[in-house]
Amino acid sequence: MAKHETPLLDQLETGPWPSFVTDIKREAESRATNEKGVDYQIPQDACEDLLGVLELSFKHGRTHWKHGGIVGVFGYGGGVIGRYCDQPEMFPGVAHFHTMRVSQPAGKFYTTKYLESICDLWERRGSGITNMHGSTGDIIFLGTTTPQLEEVFYELTHNLNQDLGGSGSNLRTPSDCIGAARCEYACYDTQAICHDLTVEYQDELHRPAFPYKFKFKFDGCPNCCVASIARSDLSFIGLWRDEIRIDEEAVKAYVGGELKPNAGAHAGRDWGAFDIQKEVIGLCPTQCMRYEGDKLEINNKECTHCMHCINVMPRALRIGNDRGCAILAGAKAPILDGAQMGTLIVPFIKAEPPYTDIKEKVIEPIWDWWMEEGKNRERLGELMKRQGMQKLLEMTGLDPDPRMIQEPRTNPYIFWKEDEVEGGFKRDINEFRKYHKR
Amino acid sequence: MEYDEAKEKIKVELTKKLKTKSKFYFNDLAKILGMKPREAKKLINQMVLDGVLEYWSSGSTSMYGMPGTGKQSSAEHED
Ligand code: SF4
Ligand code: SF4
Repeated sequence: MAKHETPLLDQLETGPWPSFVTDIKREAESRATNEKGVDYQIPQDACEDLLGVLELSFKHGRTHWKHGGIVGVFGYGGGVIGRYCDQPEMFPGVAHFHTMRVSQPAGKFYTTKYLESICDLWERRGSGITNMHGSTGDIIFLGTTTPQLEEVFYELTHNLNQDLGGSGSNLRTPSDCIGAARCEYACYDTQAICHDLTVEYQDELHRPAFPYKFKFKFDGCPNCCVASIARSDLSFIGLWRDEIRIDEEAVKAYVGGELKPNAGAHAGRDWGAFDIQKEVIGLCPTQCMRYEGDKLEINNKECTHCMHCINVMPRALRIGNDRGCAILAGAKAPILDGAQMGTLIVPFIKAEPPYTDIKEKVIEPIWDWWMEEGKNRERLGELMKRQGMQKLLEMTGLDPDPRMIQEPRTNPYIFWKEDEVEGGFKRDINEFRKYHKR
Repeated sequence: MEYDEAKEKIKVELTKKLKTKSKFYFNDLAKILGMKPREAKKLINQMVLDGVLEYWSSGSTSMYGMPGTGKQSSAEHED
C-alpha cells in the first residue's frame, strides 16, 4: 500500500511511454521490501515521499523544492546541488534531497560491474534513483541527505576510482561522442581529448571562478551526436580537409540496389528503389556532386562536410585522410537571450595530443577574456554578442576568415581599424575633388 | 598581495556588506581584491580551504559567502 495517494501521478503512467513515475514506484517498492537486505543510510521511504511531494506540487501548481544551498564536499565548489523540501513535516524522507553529479566516463563506456557498483552505492547511501544521464552528460544521483555527501564522495573516489562532475559556475563535465571507439566517421579521437582536457582542467571543474557555466563537447564528425554545436560554449566538430574517398564500385552497388542506403536504417517502410540523383546529388547543400556515366564526382572545395552523402552511402564514401576538427564558440540553451548556435572560430585544427594549440591558443585566451569581461551569469555566447565577434578575434589572436560568416554582407562583424589600413581613414580632400564633384 | 592581507580585505568588505547581501559572485571578490580573476582564484580557493569563505550553489550558479552568514531564505528573496 503506497504511503501517499497519487492520483495525478498515476495518470501520468497511462501514456504509451515508459514512465518515471513507474520507475520511482518500483524503487519505493523495492526499498519497502528490502529483499537484498540493504543497510539504508537515508530514510527507507524516501521514494514514497518523493512521489508524495511531487503529487502535492501538481496539486498546487508550484514546486515544493527550495533552491540551492551550501552543501558540497570539502574543497569542491561543484558536483553537489542542494535541494531541500519546503514541507519537511509532511515528507520527512525528502527533507534533504541533494543531487550529486558523477563525472561520466568519456564516451559513456561502462562495465556491468561498474554500473552495479555505483547503483549499490546509491541504494545504500541515497534514494537509489539515478538519471542516466543529465543533459551535460553526468550520471545524476538524485536525492540524499547532507551527512551522506562526504561518504558517497569517499566511496566514489576510493573504491570506484570515480570523480564528481561539474555544476555551478564551473567548467562542466566535458562530454563526447562514442567516436573512434566504434564509429568510422570519427575524424579525431574524441575520447582522448575529452579525457585529456578533463584532467588538465580539474581546477576549473571543481572550483568555481567563472561568470557562469562553461561546457566543452566533442563530436567526431558533423553528425554531431552530442549536439555540441547547439549546447556547448566550445564545440569541437571533427572534419577532414582533403577529399571524400570514393569507392566507385560500391557507388554502383548502391545504385544497383545491392547495398541498402543508410545501412538499411529506413527499412521499416518501402521507399521504392534508391535514386542517387534525388536522394544524394539533389540533396547536397552546396550542389558539389555529380553522377554521370556511372561515375560519382565531388568538387571537394565546395563540400561543407554536411555528412549527408556519407550517411546515405557509407560503404561508398568515406571521410578524408587529413583529419582534425573545427572549433565553434558560444552555443547555449535559452537563459538570458534565447537559444543560440555556436559560431565558427577555428575552421580547422589538428586535434592530436598534447593539444597544446587548442589549449593555449583557443581555450585559455577565451577564458581570460570571459572571466574578465563577462558579467555575472553571462555565457560566452552572450559576451560574444555584447562585445562582438571582432573582440573575440582580438582577444584570441585568431585571424578573421571568410568561413566565419554565412554569406557576404549578412553578418559583417569584421571591420577594418584605422591602423590596419594603409594611409588610415583620412583622405586628401583636394585629391578627392579631382575625381568627385561637390 | 599577501594571503593574510587578502583575507582581511575580504572579511572586512564582506562584513560591511552583510546588511544587504550575504552571497557574492566570484567577480565581486576579485574586484574587492583588485586582482584579475585568474590571480584572485588562488587566494580565494585558499580561503575556502581555510573556512574563511564557503560555496553556495543553486546548481547553475555558484556564489561565495562567509560561513554562517547566508540564510537559505535569502535565496528566496525574503530578506
Ligand atoms: S558524431 Fe560522428 S563520429 Fe561521433 S559517433 Fe556520431 S557519427 Fe560517429
Ligand atoms: S558531405 Fe555534404 S556537402 Fe559534402 S559532398 Fe557530401 S552532401 Fe555534399
